[in-house]
Amino acid sequence: MSLQIMNGQVVNPLEMTVVKTDLFLQDGKIVGLGSAPKSFKAEQTIDAADHWVLPGLIDCQARLRDPGEPEKANIESETKAAIENGITSLCIPPDTQPPIDNSATVELIHHRNEMFGHQAQVYPIGALTRGLGGEQLSNMASLRANGCIAFSNAKVPLANNLVQRRAMDYAGGQHSLVIIQPLDHDLLANGCAHEGAVATRLGLPAIPEAAETAALAKDIELVAQTGARTHFGQLSSARSVDMVRRAKAKGLPITADCAIHQLFLTDHDIGNFDSNMFTIPPLRSQYDRDALREGVADGTIDCLCSDHQPHEVDAKLKPFPSAEPGISGLDTLLPLALRLVEEDVLPLADLIAKLTLNPTTIMGLPGGRIGIDEVADLIIVDPDSHWVCSASNFVSKGKNTPFEGWDFHGSLTHTLVAGNVVYEAR
Amino acid sequence: MPSNSIQLDDNGKLRHFLSIEGLNQTILNEILDTADSFTSVTDRTIKKVPILRGKTVANLFFETSTRTRSTFELAEQRLSADILSLNVTTSATVKGESLLDTLQNLEAMQIDMFVIRHQNSGSAHFFAQHVRPGVSVLNAGDGQHEHPTQAMLDMYTIRHHKQDFSSLRVAIVGDILHSRVARSQIHALNLLNTAEIRVIAPRTLLPMDTESLGVSVYEDLEQGLEGVDVIIMLRLQKERMRGALLPSEKEYFRKFGLSQERLKLAKPDAIVMHPGPANRGVEIESSVMDGNQSVILQQVGFGISVRMAVMSMIVGQSGLQSGGDA
Repeated sequence: MSLQIMNGQVVNPLEMTVVKTDLFLQDGKIVGLGSAPKSFKAEQTIDAADHWVLPGLIDCQARLRDPGEPEKANIESETKAAIENGITSLCIPPDTQPPIDNSATVELIHHRNEMFGHQAQVYPIGALTRGLGGEQLSNMASLRANGCIAFSNAKVPLANNLVQRRAMDYAGGQHSLVIIQPLDHDLLANGCAHEGAVATRLGLPAIPEAAETAALAKDIELVAQTGARTHFGQLSSARSVDMVRRAKAKGLPITADCAIHQLFLTDHDIGNFDSNMFTIPPLRSQYDRDALREGVADGTIDCLCSDHQPHEVDAKLKPFPSAEPGISGLDTLLPLALRLVEEDVLPLADLIAKLTLNPTTIMGLPGGRIGIDEVADLIIVDPDSHWVCSASNFVSKGKNTPFEGWDFHGSLTHTLVAGNVVYEAR
Repeated sequence: MPSNSIQLDDNGKLRHFLSIEGLNQTILNEILDTADSFTSVTDRTIKKVPILRGKTVANLFFETSTRTRSTFELAEQRLSADILSLNVTTSATVKGESLLDTLQNLEAMQIDMFVIRHQNSGSAHFFAQHVRPGVSVLNAGDGQHEHPTQAMLDMYTIRHHKQDFSSLRVAIVGDILHSRVARSQIHALNLLNTAEIRVIAPRTLLPMDTESLGVSVYEDLEQGLEGVDVIIMLRLQKERMRGALLPSEKEYFRKFGLSQERLKLAKPDAIVMHPGPANRGVEIESSVMDGNQSVILQQVGFGISVRMAVMSMIVGQSGLQSGGDA
């Protein structure tokens, strides 16, 4: 199979450039940039004039709810949502049911993706401890051999610092990446909204910044102690950005991401107890939002993710504190990201790096690059198209979005996986 | 404010009664004036008016209550409503029925008005967003958010004794963090142009940015009581000791308990209020509670008239002009 994409504005995150050029694809790879290799004969041509061509997006944190919660979503529904929204690879945290702490679950996930999936790569993140229980280390070497790309205890922080230290030592010893969502469960308590004027007025149990930063400080110290390469996920507060910035400056092997919604929403958006605004970590203040954007712009935050958490309708159809936290994010990852360029937070190529090159580099994955011999996972975007977000048009099974009614610029026209067009917008 | 829209209809009349926030001074005064007209009903030998005749009111209490629930029931009876009272802590939701299913099952029984107390902040708004058009929701306390009828009966009590809010200094003492009563009172006092609202509490019982509610914060009871006209004591729940919010009841009383001695710091004609149930010897000394500046028992009685007022305004009638005697 050979295909050429002509006249597109090619966004190259490796060189940080946006250049009008042609791409030539053969046998799943990029074989020509600008000019076709000798004897190349295109079987298919896409004219991408006035369109952007970029690597397929890598979502470094998305829950597909599979196995275990079919009422919320499954691999079939969510890989379809990914592909139709320009996401060609998904990293999934280990808090499935059962958790990803054994090779059988990893195989099950791979098997289901082969059987029912829609061409998106699904990369399981293994559990750091068995059953996410925080007591016994998981069989990390076996899990890794079976395809786990990193290890994490997901939303269940390790209560025992000694176990955490050893888990990081063990993972570090086999050169595996550790992923931590910093969260202190004592300080989180039963909180459901950022500790500030909004929670005070609405009488919502509050979550202080320290629920994140106290854990993060400890985690950074354990990185310093163990040298384990560690990625911090879903940062939400200004103080966290500052801590990560300083730790990186000291040369610690640290990277970080934040959920894209944290760059657009604040606790004020809770409005009248809108349960679609309930997330953990919570939507924080304008100050935090601005600091996160600064962290994105200056490179402190390496990646952006959807933190996709699809829910069935009933999960949100409850009073705010009883609702389940999380946002269905696959359908809004790309348009929100493009909005950051529109709002001058960072240039297009820098932005795309945070959704492609950076996550693949950190997680050790193929894709995310445009160059000769790179895998031809590509997407094409019409930057001028204008549309209004509506959950009813979501491809994801989860319709829980706080972005209903938002105006977006830029929409996906094609998704290519391994050189094949797997989605084309009608 | 988003909460404006849902409680009021297009003509600015009450449709639900969910929170003081989002209401305006006109409505608050109308509630107080209407309550005045019902206080006379309560004093009659036949204490009934037909304003809610033919209407069915369901009292749904997901949390226990003595005072609020019984005064709501009396208010409903005096307005001639048919009443269905459910103690939901022991009913279907415990068996796994969702909150919304419980509500919709009751709606199918042609309920006109729900009086709801629930442990989640925002639950009253949640119910109001999901009832059928024409069905009203009254918030009898939602989590730590609001308890608007309690606040209105407190305003009624204050007005009964003090008339003009714009010259008053009011102190609210105690567990502000967990208190839905305090939040409603603060909104109401602000809407009624109270000269100064002070909240007095140890830092562990104050929410973040308390000042943003429109109050001044005191962490010292004696300073805070200086020259006030009204003292509202809040109930201190015993669970607060277990949560490491306070060391002991004894120490709390030493720092924040209202004693005769401390009461003297307030204006000589200051009134002492408490939404109940009070812990004697923890937040308030017995002699103050039973003393001649205490209006605590009066508050309970006024609770009936105020709740009658709110319910009659929701069905479109202010006071007795169209109701007449039964």
